[in-house]
Amino acid sequence: MSQVALELKNINTTVNIGTPEEKRILKDLNLTLEKGDFVTLLGTNGAGKSTLLNVINGSLNTTSGQVVLNNHDLTKLSEVKRAKYIAQVFQDPKMGTAPRMTVAENLLLATKRGQKRGLRLRGLKKHLAEFKEETAQLPNGLSDRLNTFAGSLSGGQRQTLSFLMATIQKPELLLLDEHTAALDPNTSHQLLELTNEVVEKENLTCIMITHQMKDALKYGNRTVILNDGKVVLDAKGAEREKLTEEDVLKYFAN
Amino acid sequence: MSLVTSAIGQGLLWGILALGLFLTFRILNFPDMTVEGTFPFGAAVCVSALVHGVNPIVATALSFGAGLLTGLMTGLLYTKGRIPILLAGILVMTGIYSINLRILGRANVGLMHQKTLFSPEFLKNLPDGFDSVCVGIIFTIVIVILLAVFLNTDIGQAFIATGDNEKMARSLGIHTDNTKILGLMISNGLIGLAGGLISQNNGYADVNMGVGTIVIGLAAIIIGEVAYGELSLTARLVAVVVGSILYRFVLLIVLKLGFSTNDYKLLSAIILAFCLMLPLLQKKFHVNKVLKKGVERP
Repeated sequence: MSQVALELKNINTTVNIGTPEEKRILKDLNLTLEKGDFVTLLGTNGAGKSTLLNVINGSLNTTSGQVVLNNHDLTKLSEVKRAKYIAQVFQDPKMGTAPRMTVAENLLLATKRGQKRGLRLRGLKKHLAEFKEETAQLPNGLSDRLNTFAGSLSGGQRQTLSFLMATIQKPELLLLDEHTAALDPNTSHQLLELTNEVVEKENLTCIMITHQMKDALKYGNRTVILNDGKVVLDAKGAEREKLTEEDVLKYFAN
Repeated sequence: MSLVTSAIGQGLLWGILALGLFLTFRILNFPDMTVEGTFPFGAAVCVSALVHGVNPIVATALSFGAGLLTGLMTGLLYTKGRIPILLAGILVMTGIYSINLRILGRANVGLMHQKTLFSPEFLKNLPDGFDSVCVGIIFTIVIVILLAVFLNTDIGQAFIATGDNEKMARSLGIHTDNTKILGLMISNGLIGLAGGLISQNNGYADVNMGVGTIVIGLAAIIIGEVAYGELSLTARLVAVVVGSILYRFVLLIVLKLGFSTNDYKLLSAIILAFCLMLPLLQKKFHVNKVLKKGVERP
């Protein structure tokens, strides 16, 4: 039986209210994700993809509408409170990691995502073996660099670390905002394959923004296209199988 | 000899202020101007408590508490009031000036025969200047250990992450407003404590004693960094204290060159400006190597 994971109900988002730059970005947007859905999200610049992710993660308030995750209404919760349920990987490799903390320290922070942080000693040593194991399966040699400052890693390594940080403690929802866009084609491919593998293995519910139509159709089980703040295509199953890049392009027209 | 001892003693006591400043300047990554109000506030509270017959240990603790309060104030203005940190600090610093005048009743209050932390018999029997070295070492060791432990707790790590990458910290569920307030409180608590200790050592509190303290604190931090380079976080705390002592030696040398104590503030500013420009100078003239050699052979 499939189970509803994320429900976006009549989401409206207007930014810069009361200024000349007032702009309605999301317009009565409705979207429902089932548990284990891996959605690739496409759309032109300004279609509202990032805004949608920000509305879900709580860094942007909805003007009206509801965000419900696993029957839990998140609409009024702050970004910090939502972190307990939602993990994210940003586009900029610098965004997802703390540069002057080591790889292991970054991972340790992530294992406590959304938990209360008190005066207990952090217990880094206890986790080192576990981190070694987790990183050993990853590409680009992170496991030998556990004690390196994240700031000295390459972009690919930093982004792989960000991805591991987002999934090391299983989130109820994983948001990926063009997380491979800043990487070279090889590294980008590697990280996408890793993403696919982890999302499938852990049966994560995931939304991935991408600009690569090929990737959007190759990965995941569902493709959603946004245009002008609305869902213009929501394809899954057989309908998605038949979808070609040319078909997708049509939905980009204004 | 006594000049050197006194420089070490002063360096240790001012090192506590530098440690406090390190938490905001290096970990939270912003300059906290509250320092210049917190330092005389700690001094005023301590001296005034002593004059009213309060036990020296309690009076010293009160100066720490006074610092916690100013840190809380700046933190609230900055996080909840959304006032830029520089301005929030300046506002609190300015406001405290009046409060200090109220506490002291006038611009300057001296300690006459009141008991202070420096009064116990065994300190009195030490040669000149060793009392501040003794008190300074005890406080510095305790504070460095406590800070090192704190920074290795879950909340301490969250505090470091807040300064390092706030967006990431929030996405991991860290209440960055709270960690910033906490950091500002501990930082200013230590600075208030430094004010309390230094006023007891000097034998007076003055409403104007805060002027230039941020420069002294920053100079200690940066001299420590120039002297030691890459270090672990705990070692960096020790480097700050060493930097504070080195800074006193620099002032001592400057004094020997014939400058008067009135020139201290100008010289402090010049020393700090020079240290801050070091990364640039280092690239152009390899000054760093020359300086390191100088430090290694005191």
